[in-house]
Amino acid sequence: MNEIWAGLRAAFWLIVTFDADLIEISLRSLRVSLTALLIASAIALPFGTWLAIRRFRHRRLAIATLNALMGLPPVVVGLIVYLLLSRSGPFGVFGLLFTPTAMIIAQVIIITPLIASITHQAMRELWAEYHDLLISLNTSRRQRMLTLIWDGRRTLLTASLAGFGRAIGEVGAIMIVGGNIDHATRVLTTAIALETGKGDFALALGLGFVLIALALAVNFTMHALSKTEREGRW
Amino acid sequence: MTSLMSVKLSDLVVKRRGSTILGPIDLELGSEGFTVVLGPNGAGKTTLLKVLHGVERVTRGSVDWSIPAEAAREAQSYVFQNPIMLRRTVAQNLAYPLKVHGVDKATVEILIREWAERIGLADAMDRPAPRLSGGEKQKLALGRALIRKPKVLFLDEPCANLDGRATRDIEDLLLQASKDGTKIIMTTHDLGQCRRLASDVVFLLNGKVHEVGVAESFMASPRTPEARSFLNGDILV
Ligand SMILES: Nc1ncnc2c1ncn2[C@@H]1O[C@H](COP(=O)(O)OP(=O)(O)O)[C@@H](O)[C@H]1O
Ligand SMILES: [Mg+2]
Repeated sequence: MNEIWAGLRAAFWLIVTFDADLIEISLRSLRVSLTALLIASAIALPFGTWLAIRRFRHRRLAIATLNALMGLPPVVVGLIVYLLLSRSGPFGVFGLLFTPTAMIIAQVIIITPLIASITHQAMRELWAEYHDLLISLNTSRRQRMLTLIWDGRRTLLTASLAGFGRAIGEVGAIMIVGGNIDHATRVLTTAIALETGKGDFALALGLGFVLIALALAVNFTMHALSKTEREGRW
Repeated sequence: MTSLMSVKLSDLVVKRRGSTILGPIDLELGSEGFTVVLGPNGAGKTTLLKVLHGVERVTRGSVDWSIPAEAAREAQSYVFQNPIMLRRTVAQNLAYPLKVHGVDKATVEILIREWAERIGLADAMDRPAPRLSGGEKQKLALGRALIRKPKVLFLDEPCANLDGRATRDIEDLLLQASKDGTKIIMTTHDLGQCRRLASDVVFLLNGKVHEVGVAESFMASPRTPEARSFLNGDILV
């Protein structure tokens, strides 16, 4: 019990004094996960929308695949990305293993299906609502996509935030492909795992608080957004 | 018929899941006037309107507008039975069809002001359209349909569930549009409305055109016993 109190006190001081390590690690976490989020959203939002409005032969299969990909264990994603990026792997020449870029790649693979799947659900509903009008107005396929994405933007933001929450809290994949190297690839989750293992609870808890704060911030934002969505405010 | 937007249906059939829901129909509609499509529930009124508009798959036969199909669709507007409100403001809903068709910003601004005024929503420009009342939604849908000055306007029961005042507002807008040269093709359940608006009537029964005629004579003395019962308010089966 004493140990926990001591840890809490130390963590508190690390935060209020802007401890350099803590800040470095937190910023890296943010940078990696935000980059992954941007890339994943750029892929998943249009793809999910496209899937909702386009009818093609293997649509059901594509949706089922997407939902299955959503359940990919992050550790396995990490392993696969590791093999692809390792020196003997097909992308070995780029020397990306154990860099933040490798971590971004792993996170993109983990969250893209999640964001695309939520997007697809939401856009299918909106498309059912808009379908007749947009067809009647002779809109082009591009105009339809843009209209749906724009009018569904709050839901899509919620989808993206869900992806961000998953990315920033993930540890298995980035541990494998990033290697948790100090001042290079160490992020909040991997640092917590390491410091806990070493018994340095102060830093681990401090990092934990930051992580919780970020996750809470994401959840509050999501909640607020879905509330404005429900109440139809603009 | 030499005018611009007349239409001819020849041997038109629409089948869904093996059963015929419309047709065979042979019908010609002129480019002017106010056509009201009457008939009991399930007669095929909605399907007929959608076929004319070119948004419903046809199983057999043809729909020929007097201008090429693509241009014909561009010159038509359709107000659906349940008004579809974009999740945007009133002003943005009015602007949408114009923007989709590349109308320049200045013109859009002028037109949406003019039409917001005409449909009585000038004070509601910045309100979210999905939050409007039923009557306001229907007026907005109508304004959004008329803002591009269509040659043909389709309406599917535009006044179902509306109170007397909203109905009168809608009818005034329709009469004005008709006077301004828009051909109107509308379904309604309201025989009084048909009497007030129609110049000609198409009476549908079981997917077939049962009777076509000038509104006044159809309403006063229908030729077929089925049309007579329908106008009497009898239930047709
Ligand atoms: N997509 C569809 N599949 C099967 N039946 C349909 C479909 N659309 C309409 N119908 C049937 O076709 C008939 C005519 O429908 P509709 O045109 O909506 O009639 P109305 O508008 O006169 O009430 C109805 O019996 C309806 O159930
Ligand atoms: Mg109908």
